[in-house]
Amino acid sequence: MAVSLEETISRQTYGPIGHLLSHQTFWVFAAAVVAFVYLSMATTTFDTSANLFNVARNCAFVGIIALGMTAVIVTGGIDLSVGSVLCLSGMVTGMMMSWEYPVWIAIPLGLAAALVCGLVNGILIAYVGVPPFVVTLGMMSLARSLAMVLSGNQMVYNFGHDHAKLVALGGGSTRGWFLRLAEWIGPDTPAGSFFTWLAGMVFVPNPAVFLLVFALIFGFAFRWSRWGRHIFAIGGNEQAAELTGVNVRRVKVSVYMLSALMAGTAGILQVGWLGTITTGMGTGMELIVIAAVVIGGANLMGGSGTAFGAVVGAVLIEMIRNSLTLLGINPFWQGTFVGTFIIVAVLFDRIRHNREAIVEAWQSLFRSSKG
Amino acid sequence: MSVLQLIDVSKNFGAIQALHEVSLTLEKGQVVGLMGDNGAGKSTLVKIIAGNFRPSHGSLRINGQEVQFHRPIEARQHGVEIVYQDLALCDNLTAAANVYLGREIRRKIGPFRLLDHSAMTRRSGELFKELRSETRPRDLVKQMSGGQRQAVAIARTRLSDPKIVLMDEPTAAISVRQVAEVLNLIRRLRDTGIGVILISHRMPDVFAVADRIVVLRRGRKVADKMVAESSPEEVTGLITGAIQAA
Repeated sequence: MAVSLEETISRQTYGPIGHLLSHQTFWVFAAAVVAFVYLSMATTTFDTSANLFNVARNCAFVGIIALGMTAVIVTGGIDLSVGSVLCLSGMVTGMMMSWEYPVWIAIPLGLAAALVCGLVNGILIAYVGVPPFVVTLGMMSLARSLAMVLSGNQMVYNFGHDHAKLVALGGGSTRGWFLRLAEWIGPDTPAGSFFTWLAGMVFVPNPAVFLLVFALIFGFAFRWSRWGRHIFAIGGNEQAAELTGVNVRRVKVSVYMLSALMAGTAGILQVGWLGTITTGMGTGMELIVIAAVVIGGANLMGGSGTAFGAVVGAVLIEMIRNSLTLLGINPFWQGTFVGTFIIVAVLFDRIRHNREAIVEAWQSLFRSSKG
Repeated sequence: MSVLQLIDVSKNFGAIQALHEVSLTLEKGQVVGLMGDNGAGKSTLVKIIAGNFRPSHGSLRINGQEVQFHRPIEARQHGVEIVYQDLALCDNLTAAANVYLGREIRRKIGPFRLLDHSAMTRRSGELFKELRSETRPRDLVKQMSGGQRQAVAIARTRLSDPKIVLMDEPTAAISVRQVAEVLNLIRRLRDTGIGVILISHRMPDVFAVADRIVVLRRGRKVADKMVAESSPEEVTGLITGAIQAA
């Protein structure tokens, strides 16, 4: 052995490419790119700016919540209440505005309602020790019921004198911002005309802008903050995290509050986009969000997951939905495609990581079925 | 002066007397093997030193100064580090991340305090080199051998310049070859002047690395002698009660 101890210690197991190829997120991303290229060629409708605009906006709501859900799932927990919290937060905002409160009071109140839901979830899970599945299942029922009580189960579509602002926030795009910027600078100045030109060229729906910004913040926090390090540690070995001095309880409360805050944000944006709220908003959304997170490479047992993966998962699910419509396939097939994708993505990952174990399990299955 | 001194330490949980007036000293750069059957009071004793329990009677001195620990973190502040039996490692994190878990190095950039990955990788690499373990800081603990995992857990104790390291069954669950590796790690700790208490069931390991052997039986100290003056047969007798005391 001519290799010195020092060399061994400084060596890396994977090169950057090996590292990339070992991640499910990379393969799912590759699948999304392939699907994108195929759809652009196979249909004339997919790569139109109007359709891409819709895809970007539709996946943004799931994506935003998926980011918060990723933090929860990384710690080994689950949050089933996001769909209902989305509805409650949107409802609080909408009702406040329909009572003629200004938007800058209504939105913080909506977010506060979401945070309270997250806080209750977090305290029951971290300090009382109730399993996350049970607590958030309860909150799922509770939050939606509160939204129904608040609105009298009526559809709300009049948001008072700030109606236009809320609709612009959720339904607008960067075009609106650029145009306003151009007007503020003065449309005749060179900078002003540049922004007018930009407004015509680039228009990203606001929810997608939010998704992008949140994804960057989450990705950054997961990798560079102590909080990020600690959520992964808790998901890997909660007892070890506790013994080494991580404040496990406080971190756990933080992820449930964050998850609720993301759901609340998505809820308010969705209300702005739709221009109306019903108490059915966000029903079943928790399952789509969890699917996006899992497709993106997070492990439901905790300890792994990325912000990028959550976004890719959300985009892929929306692309499947959108393309089936464009290809003229009966939309009832959607669930089959998404479901298959969840199973295949996870199965693929399992096979790569413990090939031998799976071969053995398969053989023992075969043996026992014969014997 | 002894780095650690226990004076007549007793501990009872309700009616159960787990420890009965145990006195013990640990010198600088000494390895003490703590032996005893299940339920003899080994873990209770270690948990008292580590600050998990407070003794019912008796006192603790570190470097001659009387101390009282209310929480494990206070023991750590006084230079007591523990390597837990299951090592308390997160499989999904790298070796460097595990070494620094809960004590991350951070760098101030603008308003943020960010993890300093490169410093943590470099310094844990240095620690592994000191321990002469072929452990790569960037590898996930999941992929490591028992000996390497042990090195990660031991490297953790080196962050704080400890006076005393408690090791709970470090050789219980690893292969024969890795045992030799771990015993070498313990010798290196000793060579740097740290007092080590090694709790183990494995007689050969204790005789290979310890300077002194302390035997507990039913909460009482029944022997405390240099390894050279004892034998595995005698210790076995002391543990089981065939020999009353030595």
